[in-house]
Amino acid sequence: MIEFPPGLLLIVGAILVPLLPHVVRNAYMLALPVIGFWGLLVLPEGIHFGFDLFGYTLAPVRVDGLSLIFGYIFHIAAAISIIFAFHMKDSVQQMAGLIYAGSAIGGAFAGDLITLFVYWEGTAIASVFLIWANKSEHAYKTGMRYLIIQVGSGVLLLAGAILQFKASGSLDFAKMELSGPGPVLIFIAFGIKAAFPLLHNWLQDSYPEATVTGTVFLSAFTTKLAIYALARGFPGTEMLIWIGATMAAFPIFYALIENDLRRVLAYSLNNQLGYMVVAVGVGTEMALNGAAAHAVSHVLYKALLFMSMGAVLYRTGTAKASELGGLYKSMPYTTGFCMVGAASISAFPLFSGFISKSIIIAAVAEQGHWVAWIVLLFAAAGVLLYSGIKVPYFAFFNQDSGQRPQEAPLNMLIAMGITAFLCIAIGIYPAPLLAALPFPEDFQAYTTSHVITHLQLLLFSALVFTYLVKKGYYPPQLKAINLDFDWTYRRLIPNVIRSLGNVFVPADRQIRSAFLNRVEKFIAGVFRHHGPEGLLARTWPTGSTVLWVAVLLSLYMLFYFI
Amino acid sequence: MADQKKPDEKSYWLDDRNNVKKLVLALYVACGLSFVADFFYHKHVHYDVENWIGIYPIFGLVACAVLFLGAKLLRTLFMRDEDYYQEADDD
Repeated sequence: MIEFPPGLLLIVGAILVPLLPHVVRNAYMLALPVIGFWGLLVLPEGIHFGFDLFGYTLAPVRVDGLSLIFGYIFHIAAAISIIFAFHMKDSVQQMAGLIYAGSAIGGAFAGDLITLFVYWEGTAIASVFLIWANKSEHAYKTGMRYLIIQVGSGVLLLAGAILQFKASGSLDFAKMELSGPGPVLIFIAFGIKAAFPLLHNWLQDSYPEATVTGTVFLSAFTTKLAIYALARGFPGTEMLIWIGATMAAFPIFYALIENDLRRVLAYSLNNQLGYMVVAVGVGTEMALNGAAAHAVSHVLYKALLFMSMGAVLYRTGTAKASELGGLYKSMPYTTGFCMVGAASISAFPLFSGFISKSIIIAAVAEQGHWVAWIVLLFAAAGVLLYSGIKVPYFAFFNQDSGQRPQEAPLNMLIAMGITAFLCIAIGIYPAPLLAALPFPEDFQAYTTSHVITHLQLLLFSALVFTYLVKKGYYPPQLKAINLDFDWTYRRLIPNVIRSLGNVFVPADRQIRSAFLNRVEKFIAGVFRHHGPEGLLARTWPTGSTVLWVAVLLSLYMLFYFI
Repeated sequence: MADQKKPDEKSYWLDDRNNVKKLVLALYVACGLSFVADFFYHKHVHYDVENWIGIYPIFGLVACAVLFLGAKLLRTLFMRDEDYYQEADDD
C-alpha cells in the first residue's frame, strides 16, 4: 500500500492545475481530495515519515483519532468547495484553494511544532489569494490586513515553539500547560486563528470580501485548524471556557444588525467557534468529542450557508439584506438548501447541529459549569434569531425586491445538495459520526426531554422574531456598518499616531530650526575668521613674518639674560 | 409587494396574506403545544431549575428580548455610514 503524507497530495497536485485544460482540470482537482480521503482510510495510526534534521526530531505525520476526524472533514470540505467552484476558470484561485486545503489537512496531522508552523503559514499565504482574487483595491487592502494578522500568528507560533524547545527539549506537539512564555505564545497564536474575542476581527473583515467561491474554502479550514490545535495543545484549560463563552455570545449582537449577509455568517461562524472553544476548555473526553463533532457539522452547515449566499451574490451581485428579498420565487433550490443549513446551525432536531451542539451543552452541564451552560443556551436561542431565520428570511422572503435572478448554476446546486444531504444524514443517523469521534461515544441526542426542551427554546425564539417583524420592531436592515474592535487598529491607532504627529511635528521643527540656527551662526563665525576675508585666513607678507621672528627672538634673548 | 410583481408572473403561495397568517398561526399552535408538553413527561435534567414548568420557553423569550435590546443599543452606539472605512482612493 502506498502511503503519502495527508495534505501533501493536494499541495503538490496544485502545481499541475494551470497546465490542464478546463474540462480535465475539474475532474483532476476533485480527484485529489477523493484520493486523499482514501489515503486516510488506509493510513495506520502512529507517527509516520519521522526524521532528524540538525539534531531535531520531526514527526511530519501523526495519525490518531483526533487528527483523523479533522482530516476527514477537511477532505470533504475541499471536495465540496471544488465542486462549488467548477464554473470558475481562474487557475490562481484553484491553486490557492488546493494548497490552502492541503495545508490545513497537513496541519491537522502535524506531530511536531515546526511542521505545524510550516502548514500554519501555508494556510495563511495560500488563502489570501482567495481574497485578492476579487481584484479590487478594497479586497487588496482587506487581504493585506488579513495576511499581516495570519502571518503574525505564525510568527508567534514559531517563537513559542523555539521557547518551548529551549524549556522542554522537545518539539513534540502535545498537551501543554499554560505556563512559561513558550506555551503562552503558542496559545495566542492559536487564539488569533480561532478568532478569540478581540483577536477576531480578521474573520469578519476578510471572509465577506473574498470571492463567491473563495469564502466557501475560507469558512472551512483556518478556524477549524485552530480548534484542532487547541484541542491537541490545551484541552482542559479553564480559561478557554470563559473565552469560548464570550465568543459564543457577543458576535450574536453584531450579527443581528449586520446588513451584509455574508458578514452575518462570519459573525455566526465566530459564535459557533465559541461552542467548540468552551468544549476544549472543559476538556473531558465527552467535551472533546463534542468539539470534534461540532467542527464536523459546523464545517458542513457553514459551507452550505456560505454557498447559498455565494449563489445569491453570484446571481444578483449583492449579499446585502437591504437589497434582497423575495428570491425564493426564482431560486427555489438555493432557498431550500439555505434553509437546511439554517436549520442545522439552529440545531433543529433531525439536523446535524442538534447532535453536535447537544453533546457540547451536555458535557458542559455534566461538569457543573453552569454559567457557561446558560451562555451556550442563550447563544442557541440567538443563533436561531440571526442565522437560522434572519439569513434565509431577508435573502429569500421578506419584501419582494423585484429581482428575479436565475437559479444557481448546476455545479453550485450539486455542491449544496451534497452538503445539505450530509447535514440531514448526520441529524437522522448520527452513528457514523459518533463512531469517528476521537473517544468512544454513546451520546443519545434524541431523548424526550432533550427534544422537547430544545424545541421549546427554538419555537419561542421564532415567536419573538415573528412578533418583532409583524410589529415592525425588528431592527430594519440598513445600509450601514457597525464598528467592531478592528476600529482600534483601523482608526484609533492611526488617528492617535497622526494627532501625536500633529503635536510633535511643530515641536520637532522648532527644535531642529533652533539647532540649525546655532549651526548656521557657528559656520558664519568660522567663515568670518577663516573665510577668504577672515582675519585668520589672510596671507601674510614674508617681511612681516621675518619681523615677528626677529621680535620673538629678541624677546627670548631678553628673558634669557634677565 | 404587488406593485413590483410583473403582470404575467404566476402567483406564489406565500403571496397570499392569508397563507402567511396560516403559517404564523401554525407557529403559535406549535409554541402552545410544546409549552403544554411540559406537563406530560418526566424531565431528565442536569440542574433543578430545568424542572420548572415552562422554563425553556421563558428562557427563549427572555434571551431574545435581551438580544434585541442589546442589538438596538449597539446600533445607536456603533452604527456608521457604509463607507466609513473607505479611503478616498478605494475602488
